[in-house]
Amino acid sequence: MTDTFLLDGEDVAFAPGQSVLQAALSAGRYIPHLCYHPEFKPHGSCKVCTVKANGRTAASCTLPAQAGLNVESETGEMNDLRRTLVQMLFAEGNHFCPSCEKSGNCALQALGADLGVMTAGFRHFYPDRPVDASHPDFLLDFNRCILCELCVRASCEVDEKCVFALSGRGIDKHLVVNAASGRLADTNIALSDKAATVCPVGVIIQKRVGFSVPIGQRRYDQRPIRAQALDDAPRQAAASGGCAACEGTA
Amino acid sequence: MSQKLKVATTSLAGCFGCHMSLLDIDERLFTLLELVEFDRSPLTDIKHCGPCDVGLVEGGLCNAENVHVLREFRKNCKILVAVGACAVTGGLPAQRNHLSLADCLQEVYVTEISLEHGGIPNDPELPLPLDKVHPLHEVVKVDYFLPGCPPSADTLWKFLTDLLAGRTPTLGPELIRYD
Repeated sequence: MTDTFLLDGEDVAFAPGQSVLQAALSAGRYIPHLCYHPEFKPHGSCKVCTVKANGRTAASCTLPAQAGLNVESETGEMNDLRRTLVQMLFAEGNHFCPSCEKSGNCALQALGADLGVMTAGFRHFYPDRPVDASHPDFLLDFNRCILCELCVRASCEVDEKCVFALSGRGIDKHLVVNAASGRLADTNIALSDKAATVCPVGVIIQKRVGFSVPIGQRRYDQRPIRAQALDDAPRQAAASGGCAACEGTA
Repeated sequence: MSQKLKVATTSLAGCFGCHMSLLDIDERLFTLLELVEFDRSPLTDIKHCGPCDVGLVEGGLCNAENVHVLREFRKNCKILVAVGACAVTGGLPAQRNHLSLADCLQEVYVTEISLEHGGIPNDPELPLPLDKVHPLHEVVKVDYFLPGCPPSADTLWKFLTDLLAGRTPTLGPELIRYD
């Protein structure tokens, strides 16, 4: 007999070790999420996947599935919270979608549209974040960073290069390049790296590709993110979740 | 038939692209004109708006005149709508917000070599630029937001027909675009 928990009143089966989010996605049930990626160890930082489990809010990507758990996700209260989180991300960075090469392939944009976000609502920060165009193959546009750490995780855990890191705390937290100069050109990042393609927004941009796939024919143009996420879900973890170089065991 | 609803439109720090998108509803314009009468708008060339049911405002706020016009709209319109990326987020003009205004003016009117008779314009008739470009909701209460650069004709049509029918406008994800 398989263990199950309740998700919005319906039984969802889970395998031992699965989180609520993983079990839900495997069962074809969508819970909105942003920093979670099926190939990486859950990170629990963006909180978009927050659900109410037995009356308490928790990030469903890091919440272990348990038999009998009563999970509420598609509720007005949870989606209001998610909308506010997405709005804060839009207000905090410089997300100028009309000029962004990633438009249509951007998870933040797709999530906003899916949740019905019509405005950032808050006062925009308009931060000053110069781009790094030093590398011959990549443009780094820090204006769009949402601090999901997927590039950090991919570069450490899969590529074993640790090209990226987060620096600073709280509102000063920002993405940095792990080179003495701070420039991407002075790292060994390559087009074949996992970190080169993992960015869910428009920070790590491959040069000379630009609009080869026209706006309107992109990943989230035809299929909403809630359908796309279910297609992506059943993949097995490719990464160990640890980085020998970072942990000093290399 | 009941009295037509009064609609005012304006473009502040915008490019009139949202107005062009409104014209892109094509033959549905005839249906729209059976339902609404335009007050102040680039389409009528009326210079000031009187009491209106709906105000559609394109563009953000980049100078003192923009703020003046926006306040006139808020005062006169029962429902104020921020139309397009610039009205909602500041948009393209707000890309100067991380720079100093003085540096921008210096670069454009003095340093830039293509201007034969350079110099920062200072005619008293010119509205003073604001230090930063602002989206509408930072200055007045906004009732509805229509993102997009521009919002598509279908988005504008769905929004307006919902509103004119007395329904709360609802847009599905396919009509919500930020680009």
